[in-house]
Amino acid sequence: MSRPEGTRSTRRSLQVKFVPDEDVLRHIADDAGTKVRKDKAQLSISVKRFVKKLENISDNEAQEILEEKNYVAALGICAQDSVGNGSNISGGEVYSFQTPKRSNKMAELASELAQTPEKNVAPDHSKCPEKMAKTPQSSKEMFLLMHVFSLLFQNKKKEFVSTTPYRLRKRLTAPDPYLESESEYSASCSEEEDEEDKKEVSTVSDQKTPAKTKAACTPPPRNSLTKKIKEQKMGNLVEEYFEAHSSSKVLTSDRTLQKLRKRRLNQRTLHDLLKNAPLAYAAEIRDLNQQHETLFSKWMLQLHLGFNIVLYGLGSKRDLLEKFRTSLLQDSVHLVVNGYFPSITVRSILNSITEEVLDHIGTFRSPLDQLEFISKRFKEDSSLELYVLIHNLDSQMLRGERSQQILAQLSSLPSIYLIASIDHINAPLMWDQAKLSLYNWLWYETTTFNPYVEETSYENSLLVQQSGSLALSSLTHVLHSLTLNARGIFRLLAQHQLEKKDSPSYPGLSFQDFYQQCREAFLVNSDLTLRAQLTEFRDHKLIRTKRGADGVEYLLIPVDDSTLTDFLEKEDEDV
Amino acid sequence: QQIQEDMNKQLLDNLVSFLSRSHSDFQEKTTEWTSRMKFREIPTAALVLGVNVTDHDLTFRGLSDVLQDNVTPYVALLEAKDCPGIKNLMQKLMGQLMNCDIDVDSLEDEDCVQVSQNKIRCSMPSLISWYESVTKKTDSETPSKKRNSSSRHWQSPPVVVIFKDMESFAAKVLQDFIVISSQHIHELPLVLIFGIATSPMIIHRLLPHSVSSLLCIELFQSLSCKEHLSTIIDKLLLTSRFPFKLGEKVLQVLINIFLYHDFSVQNFIKGFQLCIVEHFYSQPLSVLCCHLVDIKKRVYSLSHDQCENIRRLPSFRRYVEKQESGKQIELLTNDSFLKEETEKLLEDLHVYHENYVSILRCLHVFTSSLPKYPLGKQIRELHCACLENQVWETNEYESSLQLARMLNKTDLVTMLQQCVEILVSSSGKEFDKTVKHLKEFLTQFQNLEGFEASQEQDVSVSSQKELQKKTDLYHLQKTLLELKESRRSKKLTKFEMLRFEVVDYIDRLVRKYLVPAGDRTLHEIVYFNAATVLRGHLNAAPRTALHTALNNPHWYLKNEALKCDGGGISNKAPDICIVYKLHLECGRLINLVDWLEAFSTVVTAAEEPNGDAASSDQVDDIIHARFIRAVSELELLGFIKPSKQKTDHVARLTWGGC
Repeated sequence: MSRPEGTRSTRRSLQVKFVPDEDVLRHIADDAGTKVRKDKAQLSISVKRFVKKLENISDNEAQEILEEKNYVAALGICAQDSVGNGSNISGGEVYSFQTPKRSNKMAELASELAQTPEKNVAPDHSKCPEKMAKTPQSSKEMFLLMHVFSLLFQNKKKEFVSTTPYRLRKRLTAPDPYLESESEYSASCSEEEDEEDKKEVSTVSDQKTPAKTKAACTPPPRNSLTKKIKEQKMGNLVEEYFEAHSSSKVLTSDRTLQKLRKRRLNQRTLHDLLKNAPLAYAAEIRDLNQQHETLFSKWMLQLHLGFNIVLYGLGSKRDLLEKFRTSLLQDSVHLVVNGYFPSITVRSILNSITEEVLDHIGTFRSPLDQLEFISKRFKEDSSLELYVLIHNLDSQMLRGERSQQILAQLSSLPSIYLIASIDHINAPLMWDQAKLSLYNWLWYETTTFNPYVEETSYENSLLVQQSGSLALSSLTHVLHSLTLNARGIFRLLAQHQLEKKDSPSYPGLSFQDFYQQCREAFLVNSDLTLRAQLTEFRDHKLIRTKRGADGVEYLLIPVDDSTLTDFLEKEDEDV
Repeated sequence: QQIQEDMNKQLLDNLVSFLSRSHSDFQEKTTEWTSRMKFREIPTAALVLGVNVTDHDLTFRGLSDVLQDNVTPYVALLEAKDCPGIKNLMQKLMGQLMNCDIDVDSLEDEDCVQVSQNKIRCSMPSLISWYESVTKKTDSETPSKKRNSSSRHWQSPPVVVIFKDMESFAAKVLQDFIVISSQHIHELPLVLIFGIATSPMIIHRLLPHSVSSLLCIELFQSLSCKEHLSTIIDKLLLTSRFPFKLGEKVLQVLINIFLYHDFSVQNFIKGFQLCIVEHFYSQPLSVLCCHLVDIKKRVYSLSHDQCENIRRLPSFRRYVEKQESGKQIELLTNDSFLKEETEKLLEDLHVYHENYVSILRCLHVFTSSLPKYPLGKQIRELHCACLENQVWETNEYESSLQLARMLNKTDLVTMLQQCVEILVSSSGKEFDKTVKHLKEFLTQFQNLEGFEASQEQDVSVSSQKELQKKTDLYHLQKTLLELKESRRSKKLTKFEMLRFEVVDYIDRLVRKYLVPAGDRTLHEIVYFNAATVLRGHLNAAPRTALHTALNNPHWYLKNEALKCDGGGISNKAPDICIVYKLHLECGRLINLVDWLEAFSTVVTAAEEPNGDAASSDQVDDIIHARFIRAVSELELLGFIKPSKQKTDHVARLTWGGC
């Protein structure tokens, strides 16, 4: 913690000297702008108070960090110890709820709004007060220097380009891109108004600031503030959280992937592409993995002594576990559970144990019964040993309370050896004390940096980019097997849904209306035929029906609009 | 590694015996009190156990074992997770009772099996009829057998039902059960035991008055987990019986995990076991970590490599450097000489441990009663302090000695007596003299008593006389002042002299025997000091690891290109790191398109540093694919999730997401 703190402060001192006057003013204005956008209530926020608040934030951070340090020290991390393993980040950087990033982030936004993308200045906005306090007085003497340095900045910008977001870059290259990009910016609810507001505010506060900075020049003595800070600290945290979450408006650009005119990649092409792309740092990753492989024999020993092993860290641990399996478990009975598989359940795990390991035929009334049976068998027969390897113990399907309970009890059997991997950042939260003691974990950090190829390859673990293509192909596939009339019916429904796509509360097409339309298009001749057709759709999961509040049946196609449009286009081509 | 398994076993035995001991008094109470069963009220014991839930299992198992041995064969343990409804509860209860019945009276084997096979409806009447049949049969057994059994159990043994975790039972189920069983209390002597983790108030919160009035509750407080811990430390660490020892930092880590995280004695033991495993696994010389009797044999079976290992130990090197040159050469070249020397040193180490423990206890006797506990209240704190460095150089030790110099006589005498007891009970031979010395002190104190009492009287009498003589105010004042003066000036009475002597003597003992283990030669063999490893395995921080990997890949991948200063990240980092970094800059929602463009900008800049922006309009397929992969990896890791708020947006889930 102390290291970044140090560098930041040195950088700060640099900036205090060389920031041009106008820039400071602009920053203040932007701050006010962002602030207003955030809590949209007070337009005429006094800069002075805001400045104070910023100060408070940075103070709070310091305090928090101190406290966390104390805690960490109390936990027995000695400085010299932690050098040995990778975890010498104090909690402050990772866990703090009100993140140190917060003020920076605001600055980041501000700098994006500002016309001059001063990347250097941006990340240090929390130190703004000091800046403001000093620059007005000394600005004249510094003016020459400033020029020199702003030139330097210009040069430096090129280096920074690579890390700045694309929009910034665009702004650099294009002479007057602000207007253009502005059209793309909008809060998700209101667009025009907001922009107007912002501009107004910024101009207003621009006028105000000269006076206000004078006031801010003489910051109140720290010690009188400390009391206040302490009082405000809790309130601040809570307030800010809710403040940030109360406004549903989030400022992001409105662009969608569709506008990109990219063909959507499906699973296979994605896979092929990735296969061709060389993996960066292959040698280093291999070294890392070999380092982990030296632990195998240790794992074996510890498994036999009644511990279970859990692996964590970035990167797919699947290959590592596979290697462990092939190298050490060849001759023993073992069970591999692919937790990332979307249809895995605890029951299937238990079934495979009873059926394949214990050769038991028959069913059980509940997983608990099954578990009891398994534990009885394992207790009776002490020669029975089973290694269970679970990839992604924290996957969607296995992270439930009951499944974890059952797995924990399973793992507590002395002749079942469990070795599992977790990936999710919050995975440890799924175990309470009782489960932890049943699991009897030993933690091993195995950061591999391997890409999660298998784990992410299942459809529902991916983002929208691919899901569309698969749904589309299945849609066309199913529809091609249907009669012409049925296709017409579906088209009608799809068209109607697309017409209504802008209204968010669209409940679906009511059955009666739909029947009317179909009749008009000569697609069905009776209520019953339509119903029969719809049943078929429902069986193929092409439509969903739901009853509204008034008892009317509504029909809906559970596919997103873009896919539907694609589908209709394709259909048109066919016809 | 055999030893280590032995030790594990011993360790668990210790715990179990301890637990049962701690509950024996409790059982006595229960039994006496079931006998005076009241009309319509179910005798109930509420057992407040504290928050260390994981230990409860062992406690209850011990408890039910003891109950089965001493009080009644009919004990049922119920857990909340087995009993979602009253029906399941009854089933479970019946099953357990009948099973344990089979265990005890093997005569009725077939009968019971039959009953349970029939799966008669599990209801209270059936339970009662079963109970009656069982008790009748025990009555009709052969007299000899009956006598045998009645010596252990009573004529009509009560049925004990233990609810392990009362808080997690559904209130309805409990209420129903209690109401039903209270109807049948005449036919069936039922005793309930509730295990409570929080506070006794929970009974009243769970059960309405009408139900709780049916119970006759008595509260029992089990020992706090801290006491369990100190007993275990006493038994495991502060004896010379186990050759294996914990280093200071390791012990600190274990205790901290215990105090700050879970209060679970079981976890503490787990940690201890892990230490043993690690030690034997990682230290090649741990073969020598065994009981004194085996040392000789093992030392002589050492191979040449192992001897080399010994020579490489830092503490042994220090030892060698202190010897004169002839011996040095001998030690470094001659294996058999080395072995002899090693054996001697190990024996020394053993003796040192014996002495250490007893002196530590003595010192603890002194320091634990001092005001403000400068050296800690518990013996474990003292132990840590002594392991860490030379205890007599610390400020705390200074202040505690100063405080000890101000003790009054009675305390001092009792302490000395305790010390003598400790030293006598310890097996060390060197303590004969010490004991003698301490006893001398004691007798001196006793002699002093008479002498001093008379002297005191003298003083007081004389001063009284003086006071009576001169009664006017001025003189009174003057005499009082004089008296005060004299008190101050005659500092060193005989008692005080003696007190100083005692404290100095203790100080000398401490300096002689409580040398930190790190200074002893060959301490590496028996002390386990890798606290980091232990911490990593027991109290891991997966989030931190992820964070480091994403923010600072250089930590794991030793490549110069990845090296970067504090805050920033180089654009050559792995894809997922870049994507992660970019996502940190965003707010709650992230536009995928923007994200993708930013990513491609970074990546293309990394690949062709002087390539211009012309190509970036159409994103390369490969980059697109890499981006998709990185994003879905982030999703798997739980940093983002798809959002429905806006098309093609994802929501951020983590830090700074507001």
